[in-house]
Amino acid sequence: MPAITKASLGRFIARQGILIAFVLFMVGFTLANERFLAPENIMGVVRSSAILGVMALGVTFVVISGNLDLSVGSMMSFSTIVVLDLHDKLGPGLAIPAMFAMTLCLGALIGFLVGYLKLNSLIVTLGMLSAIHGLTLTYSGGKNMDIADKEGTWFSIFGQGEALGIPVPILIFLGLAAFLGIVLAKTPFGRKIYAVGGNGVAATFSGIRRARVVFSCYLVSSFCVATAGLLQASRSLGSQNTVGQGLELEVLAAVILGGASLLGGSGTVFKTVIGVLILGFIQNGLLLVGLQFYAQYVVTWVIIILAVWLDIAAKRGKLLSPIA
Amino acid sequence: MSQNMQTSTAPSLRDKPVLRLEGIVKTFPGVRALDGVSFDVLPGEVHALMGENGAGKSTLMKVLGGIYQPDEGRIIVGEAPVVMTSPLQAKATGIVFIHQELSLANELSVAENVYLGELPKKAFGQVDWKKLYAQTNEILGKLKVGFDAKTRVGDLSIANQQMVEIARALTVDAKAVIFDEPTASLTDAEKVVLFDVIADLQAQGVGIIYISHRMEEIFKITDRISVLRDGQYRGTLRTADTNEDEVTQLMIGRKLDLSRNASHHELGDVTIEVKGLSCGNLFQDVSFQVRAGEVLGFYGLVGAGRTEIAETLFGLREPSAGQIFVQGDEVQIHSPADAIAKGISLVPEDRKGQGLVLGMNCRDNMTLPQIEDLKAGPFVAEGAEIAIFDKYRDNLDIRTPGWRQTVGNLSGGNQQKIVIGKWLSMHPSVLIVDEPTRGIDVGSKAVIHDLIRALAAQGYAVIVISSEMPEVLHVSDRIAAMYSGKLMRTFTSEEVSEDNLIQAISGLSADKPSQKASDQSKDQPSDQPNDQSGNQAVA
Repeated sequence: MPAITKASLGRFIARQGILIAFVLFMVGFTLANERFLAPENIMGVVRSSAILGVMALGVTFVVISGNLDLSVGSMMSFSTIVVLDLHDKLGPGLAIPAMFAMTLCLGALIGFLVGYLKLNSLIVTLGMLSAIHGLTLTYSGGKNMDIADKEGTWFSIFGQGEALGIPVPILIFLGLAAFLGIVLAKTPFGRKIYAVGGNGVAATFSGIRRARVVFSCYLVSSFCVATAGLLQASRSLGSQNTVGQGLELEVLAAVILGGASLLGGSGTVFKTVIGVLILGFIQNGLLLVGLQFYAQYVVTWVIIILAVWLDIAAKRGKLLSPIA
Repeated sequence: MSQNMQTSTAPSLRDKPVLRLEGIVKTFPGVRALDGVSFDVLPGEVHALMGENGAGKSTLMKVLGGIYQPDEGRIIVGEAPVVMTSPLQAKATGIVFIHQELSLANELSVAENVYLGELPKKAFGQVDWKKLYAQTNEILGKLKVGFDAKTRVGDLSIANQQMVEIARALTVDAKAVIFDEPTASLTDAEKVVLFDVIADLQAQGVGIIYISHRMEEIFKITDRISVLRDGQYRGTLRTADTNEDEVTQLMIGRKLDLSRNASHHELGDVTIEVKGLSCGNLFQDVSFQVRAGEVLGFYGLVGAGRTEIAETLFGLREPSAGQIFVQGDEVQIHSPADAIAKGISLVPEDRKGQGLVLGMNCRDNMTLPQIEDLKAGPFVAEGAEIAIFDKYRDNLDIRTPGWRQTVGNLSGGNQQKIVIGKWLSMHPSVLIVDEPTRGIDVGSKAVIHDLIRALAAQGYAVIVISSEMPEVLHVSDRIAAMYSGKLMRTFTSEEVSEDNLIQAISGLSADKPSQKASDQSKDQPSDQPNDQSGNQAVA
């Protein structure tokens, strides 16, 4: 048993910092409000995290491949508005695949620009955030979109249904997480994503077609966004044009909290799910102790900074680094 | 290359040393990095410090530079013991470092770089440009370089950037200058200039510590050699009284064989043949063939087109003309995937940047090119992967605790073996190895050389590209000499000698207009990608 030194303690805190902070939060919230650990509350947190979680799964792929996706929030608004509009025009059976196809086209466009044209993903997706927002407003004419007959459609099962006593959004989130987790960890495609994100040049020198891998990651991301849009639309059966606004940062926060490096090459789907839940519980806990809803935006930012700082600190082995 | 032996000022042992280390000990948790290191540097002496990677050279330099404090022992500069507390203090004491990695601001002028952080000022804090340029030009004059204080550093060749580093060192009254692998990125012609500068410093009575892995340089320019092994001081030899074998033995505890080497086994059919291959202005009309079981070495200056040929064969560049035949069939190669499918593999020159995903484990790196073929259903067949890793770990004697080890934590030699294993597991017919031992310590070099010979004996057609002449001579059956994008001549191992090889890579055996040797110190025109002038000075 090695002696506990100040340095080794520092490293431990840096490595496990997020989990330690999470446990402290949980204990504090439970003491402050006994409802926090009640089964209904826990189920409620997971359920309300499902949409964010589904989006975070796709962004995990993009981040591991060494890129960013800041367009997921406005893309989710687009998917939601489109599927609600087409629901009344084509019926839900056709509206859903049509919406998926349109969202995947957006993902393919980003994938083409970042993968094949090698443009900076931050610039491309930041631009797409704005462009897709404009696209959504043009499509809807700026009006809220509502389903005419909210009682008589089976479309609501995705967002409101239950199976085996578990809400359908949770089943979809966890099912998709299991599937994508296996893709990432166990298939050649997953291995290539880690290689491209870890060292794109070396991956190319090993015969991997880097552009194709990056392109595919954005397709995965847009598929997840389409799924999230479906859940959102099905839950509310009506929506504003800005329903996904700001989600891109929360999604990124969850992915980073899970431990994926923004430099690419590391992270897992399982860790992202943990990151999503941590974020969800902390936001829920803050509401339960009586913090205003809007304070969450500030708290989310603090959590992102904390996560990034601990990530860097774990790599250099100390919490504060003198600039040499 | 004996023509530029420097006439050093032959320091006598009666001179007072400029720098003396006495029993330096430095321990880190679990490791005694330096264990009683003592040696001294005389004025006007070039003192080589040698040792394998991990022998303690870097730690010793950090102690000297005030980055680490020694646990025991003394540093004596001139007469007085000093306690080094920071790099700045070391510099003020007259101990100056020329680092391997250049640390210059490319967008600034030479003068601004030389006096970075200590620019001469006028009243009200304005920079005194006149004084700055005058002082800098005075130092540059001492170095006899061909550029002036106002030149933008980014426009200079690597060699001249190194001169700027040296100029920076000379802004103080240097007593000892420490060169850390100064020739790592220099061409042979540029080395000549560097050695001239070192000789000038010697003549001014400065003591020099010269750290290098390159034996030929050590024996050309140094007066004494001190050797470290595993943090221990193994002794100091007078260069004139020793030889490479003795030094190597001190460093690694055994002999290193670098004798000429030709295959004794039967060569097979022609595996790869290249006819009239060109790629823009990088190289033109290159033709050669390599038989199964043969090692063809490519030798030439940096920028002569060697690496570019390898990259073209591997599908990283599109040829502008010419044909490539593998096993007699013409092949079209447009991507690394195409090349791999045709049985061509490349161990690239930049192991960390191009060869490996450093954050990945050993097994995943090794199976990366064939990951699509190692499937059980839709999944990666991890059992098959581990079997491949185990096989090549044993065959290549890769020292690692297991396949889970992150590649970035391995030594250079073992990393190189992972890259080689990666390609051998693809069963290629042609193996191209670019700079096989760059940045690898002496002991592991021999292992890699033996491995290349053994692979040829197993029937691979091997192409080795190297900037180190002893290496090319040692591993190759035939040697292709490149100069300025042209294949000048291919030598058999009977024909080749150091002299005719140097002539060929300097363009002397072709009808090139000869250039003045004095051009060598001039800055290169920026439209030329690499330095080709000054070759005559080498030959």
